[in-house]
Amino acid sequence: MALIDRKPSPASGDDGGMTYLQSMPRRVVTVYLPLAIFVIVLLFPFYWMTITAIKPNAEMTSYDTSSPFWVVHPTLQNIRYLLFETSYPGWLLNTTIISVAATVLSLIAAVLAAYAIERLRFSGSRQVGLAVFLAYLVPPSILFIPLSVMVFNLGLYDTPFALILTYPTFLVPFCTWLLMGYFRSIPFELEECALIDGASRWQVLTKIVLPLSVPGLISAGIFAFTLSWNEFIYALTFIQSSENKTVPVGVLTELVRSDVYEWGSLMAGALIGSLPVVILYSFFVEHYVSSMTGAVKE
Amino acid sequence: MAVTTADVQPRPSFLSRVAESRGLLSFGFMLPTVVLLLVFLTYPLGLGVWLGFTDARIGRPGVFIGLENYEYLWDDSVFWLSVFNTLLYTVSASILKFALGLWLALLLNENLPFKSFFRAVVLLPWVVPTVLSAIAFWWIYDSQFSILSWALMQMGLIDHNINFLGDPQNARASVIAANVWRGIPFVAITLLAGLQTIPQSLYEAATLDGAGRWQLFRYVTLPLLTPIIAITMTFSVLFTFTDFQLIYVLTRGGPVNATHLMATLSFQRGISGGQLGEGAAIAVAMIPFLLGAILFSYFGLQRRRWQQGGGD
Repeated sequence: MALIDRKPSPASGDDGGMTYLQSMPRRVVTVYLPLAIFVIVLLFPFYWMTITAIKPNAEMTSYDTSSPFWVVHPTLQNIRYLLFETSYPGWLLNTTIISVAATVLSLIAAVLAAYAIERLRFSGSRQVGLAVFLAYLVPPSILFIPLSVMVFNLGLYDTPFALILTYPTFLVPFCTWLLMGYFRSIPFELEECALIDGASRWQVLTKIVLPLSVPGLISAGIFAFTLSWNEFIYALTFIQSSENKTVPVGVLTELVRSDVYEWGSLMAGALIGSLPVVILYSFFVEHYVSSMTGAVKE
Repeated sequence: MAVTTADVQPRPSFLSRVAESRGLLSFGFMLPTVVLLLVFLTYPLGLGVWLGFTDARIGRPGVFIGLENYEYLWDDSVFWLSVFNTLLYTVSASILKFALGLWLALLLNENLPFKSFFRAVVLLPWVVPTVLSAIAFWWIYDSQFSILSWALMQMGLIDHNINFLGDPQNARASVIAANVWRGIPFVAITLLAGLQTIPQSLYEAATLDGAGRWQLFRYVTLPLLTPIIAITMTFSVLFTFTDFQLIYVLTRGGPVNATHLMATLSFQRGISGGQLGEGAAIAVAMIPFLLGAILFSYFGLQRRRWQQGGGD
C-alpha cells in the first residue's frame, strides 16, 4: 500500500520513472560514480590533446619539475608553427572543399532516391531500398584497392575529384536511408492535396516535402560532412602530393617525421582538425542524436 | 465521338509525359544514385574480385593467374596471423563495447540532472576524426613519456614504464582499448534510444509483481532491446572487423605483425608493396566473414520477429 501512496502522478511518471524506490547513497554508487568514471575516461584524451598543444617543449618531457596534468607556462608556439610553417591551412581548405562538394552531391542524389523509393513506390522499390542499405554495409577497406586502380585509369589520381566522387559511395546509402525515414513521417495526405490541386511531382517534392524535411536534411548533411571530414583510407591511397592532402592524412604523414616527434604541433593539428566537426555537431546535437537513433531504428 | 475528342486533345509534351508516368519519373529520380553506386561501388567490388585472380602490380595491369594469390596466402603465416588478429580484435572489442555501451546507456537512461549535456559529451569520441584521436592515443601510449605509465608509477602500482606499443601482447591490448574507447558512444546512444521506447508501465507492472532490479533488466529490458542490440552490434562488428585507421596510426601492424589486421595487411601488400593482386585477394578474403556477420544478425532478427508473432 505504501508503494501506491508514494507513486507519482501518471503525467510525471514518464521521466521520473521509479527512482523514488532508490535511496540517495545507493544512487551515488550505482549511477553517479560509474557515470563520472565513464565521462572522465571518454574525455581524457581530449583534455590531454589540449594540454599538450599549449605546452612548451621543455615541460612536455620533464615530469619531475611540475605535474604533467597541468601547464605552467602555456604557449601558442606549437599552434603558430602549425599554421605558418606547415601546409596545415591548405589541408584544412582541401578537406572543407572536398567535404562540402561530396556532401552536396550525395544529398541531391539521396533526396531524389529516397523520394522515389519511399513515395513514388515504383515496382521493385522495396528491393532497391534494401540494395541501397546493403551498399552501406560494403566497407571502404575492401574497395580501396580496385578503386585506386579505377582512379588512376580515369586520370583522377592526386586530384580532389578522386575523393569527391568516391565519398558518395558510403554517403549516398546512408543519407538515402536516413531521408527515407524522414519522408515516411510526412503525411501522405499533404501530397495528395497538392496533386489534386494540379501540382506536378517535382513541385510536390520541392514545395511540400523538402520544406517539411529540413531537420532531416540538416542531420543528413551533418552526417555526410562529418563522415567525409573523417575519411582516411581513400584520402591516404588516392592523394600523393602534400598540397592536395586532407587534414587526417596530412597530420599523420607530414607532421610525423621519423626522427623527432613534434608532439605539441601534432596535438595542435589533431585538435584544430577536430574542431570543425565538433562545432558543427554541438550546434545540432539534438538533431544528431534523434536522427541517428531514428536511422538505426529502421 | 470518342475518336474526335481524342483528336481535339493536344498531344502532351515529352516532359509532361515523363512527369505523369510513375515509372519514368522514378527512373529519373533513381538515376544519380544508381549510376554513382554502380560505377564506384558495384564495379570496384567486381574489379576487386577479378584483381584477386591476377598478378597486377602498381603501374602494370596483371594477367589471370587463377588461384595463385590464394594458394600463396594459404601458406603465408603472416596472413593467418592477421586473420587471427582480426578475429581477436573484433570479438574482444565488440564484447567490451557491447557490455560497457549497454552499461552507459542504462546509466544515461536514469533520471539525471544535465541529461542532454551528458549525452552530448559522451558522443564526442565518436564524432572527432578517428585518425586524430588515434594520434592522441599514440602520445598517451608513448614508450617514454606515457601519462598512463607516469600516473601508475606515482601511485606506486608499477616501477618502470609500460611498453604499450612495443610488446606484442601490450600492443594488442592497447589498440583494443583505443577501439573500445571510440566505439562505446555509438553503442551507448543507439541502445539509449532503444531503452526510451520501452514503456515505463512495464517496469511498474513488473515491480508490483515483485521483480527485483536484476529481474527487471533480465525479463523486461533485455527482451525488448534485443532487436536494436542486433542491429547496433552488426554495425559495430562490421566496422571493427574492417578497421584500418587506428592500427595504421598506432602500430602499422607491428610489433612483428602482432597487430596486423586483414585491412592493414591488404594495404601494406597492395599499396605500399605495390602487389595489387595480392592485396585485393586479402580484401576478398574478408568478404565471407562480413557476409557471415550480416546473415547471423539478419536471422537473429527474423527469429525475434517470429517470436513476437509479427508478420513483416
